Amino acid sequence: MAGILVYALHDDEGNFNKNSLGAISEAAKLAGEVGGDAAALVVGDIADDACASLGNYGAAKVYRAKSVPEGLAQPIVDAMAKVIQDNGLSYALFGGGLLGFEIGAGLTARLNAGVTMEVTAVKVQDGKLVAERPILQDSQIADVGYVGEPGIIISRLNAFDAKESGGSAEVIDIEVELSAWSTKATMVQRGEQRGADVNIEDADILVGGGRGLGAAEGFKMCEELADSMGGAVAATRAVVDAGWYPYAAQIGQTGKTVAPKLYLAAGVSGAIQHKVGMQNSENILAINKDPNAPIFEFSDLGVVGDLHKIVPKLTEAIKAKKGG
Amino acid sequence: MKICVLVKEVPDAAVQKRIDPGTMRLDRGGEKNLNPFDTHALEAAMQIREGGVIPVEEIVAVTMGPESAYRALTKAVSLGADRSVHLSDGALAGSDVCATGYSLAKVLESESPDLVLLGQQSDDGECYTIGAVVADHLQMPSLTQVIKIDVSEGKLRCERQAEYGYDTVEVELPAVISVGDAINEPRYPSLKAIMGAKKKPKDEKSIGDVGIDAGMVGADGSKTTVIALNPPPPKEAGEIIEDEDTNETVEKIVAWLDERKLI
Repeated sequence: MAGILVYALHDDEGNFNKNSLGAISEAAKLAGEVGGDAAALVVGDIADDACASLGNYGAAKVYRAKSVPEGLAQPIVDAMAKVIQDNGLSYALFGGGLLGFEIGAGLTARLNAGVTMEVTAVKVQDGKLVAERPILQDSQIADVGYVGEPGIIISRLNAFDAKESGGSAEVIDIEVELSAWSTKATMVQRGEQRGADVNIEDADILVGGGRGLGAAEGFKMCEELADSMGGAVAATRAVVDAGWYPYAAQIGQTGKTVAPKLYLAAGVSGAIQHKVGMQNSENILAINKDPNAPIFEFSDLGVVGDLHKIVPKLTEAIKAKKGG
Repeated sequence: MKICVLVKEVPDAAVQKRIDPGTMRLDRGGEKNLNPFDTHALEAAMQIREGGVIPVEEIVAVTMGPESAYRALTKAVSLGADRSVHLSDGALAGSDVCATGYSLAKVLESESPDLVLLGQQSDDGECYTIGAVVADHLQMPSLTQVIKIDVSEGKLRCERQAEYGYDTVEVELPAVISVGDAINEPRYPSLKAIMGAKKKPKDEKSIGDVGIDAGMVGADGSKTTVIALNPPPPKEAGEIIEDEDTNETVEKIVAWLDERKLI
């Protein structure tokens, strides 16, 4: 039976990650087409009803490894490898995110299995799963099939939507023996928030700042522009890691996902990791001095020029227009 | 402590990359360079050595790739590695992530490092995954996308961004760590280092030298296969303005915003 196993990531309060829920829904759909079931793996002491609630997204079974800690990949590789081997499952599917990449990669080595990553869609051909993976800055889509089983699919963030189907999953407790090397990394602190708490998810207009701003001070210009339009300011991972702007404002692979009416990208190159967090914005306007920046490939209006000259004048012009 | 840094030769960022329609593999012709993400791993190794908390006896740059990849190794040596190891064998051509991770683990095994460092992704594809594949084969703990490393006796304290914010994790050595580009600003090699790089020891290894099972590598040993290549769904090209007269540019932007009722 062509079973598909999904890793259901949760935070310290036990809330499941929406990308994991999306992966469960996708696995349920695909499992239906290849004649199998979708199952989820949950680690940590998560309550019965919370685990069973994954059935609402399409999981038939939930394997719960209570003694395995959440947050680090290698103990979860041990748990997933056991479930896949004990039950003869055919695929593992991950909803993206850093842990999904690490666990999926670890499983590749452990099970000598094929892996695809940054996958945006999965289809069924001749009863087998085929992953669609954009390559070369999304200029081509490779259809990738698997040789033998299991096959491991790591999706791009937000590739799959969570769909509530009703239903409840059977919860099965499992005991997992951890590998010696899986216990050699320990979490000291998980999920630390750095910088001020700002809300970018509810804003209709966002000004996103990237490395092209040149320095932390560049964000002042973005804030003034955002203020003139009644919007908020967001940032790329590079500038957040550099300490220029708070983590809570970060968009992308490890940050937030937004879909405002306007996303104005100032000095943002448009790397895939950022793109996945903002590509569903209704209108994308990019200002960047590099005409080859990938952001111009998916912006509605691209302005090639020096943002330090353009942004202050744009702020003034918008203020004048609103005042007049 | 002995540090191995995994490096890779990638097409230069300025080169238009294409897939060879015959082999369905990346056409690796044209200008090549050291993967920019790997320079952060080399810099991290240098900073651990210069930090002096733990003596670093040796920094070894390790690569797998065709003959031309020696240039990436030479660059790695000019950035601080003491010597280099080049795994090169026709049997490796077409290896996927699974086969590549296995091969790199075998060549690393022959070096017995205390720490393996690598960049979090390569410019030409295999994002985020190789470090964790290699680590499981080597049976070492591993973290990827690390942006801060503090070294102490026998262990590392690492920081990185994960799904819910910043995580701080302690990792016992030996370990495999992939670093993000926010970890440091790589230095430029000195002229002396560039000149000296070619004279540093360089080992050439074939798959037999490090005990790689030929059946597990190359296109035939790989577990994934590219079935087809398709163009992405068409997206209407956006309008592009080149800023020549900024007042005029701003006028155009305001009109565009106004048309869409965004202001």
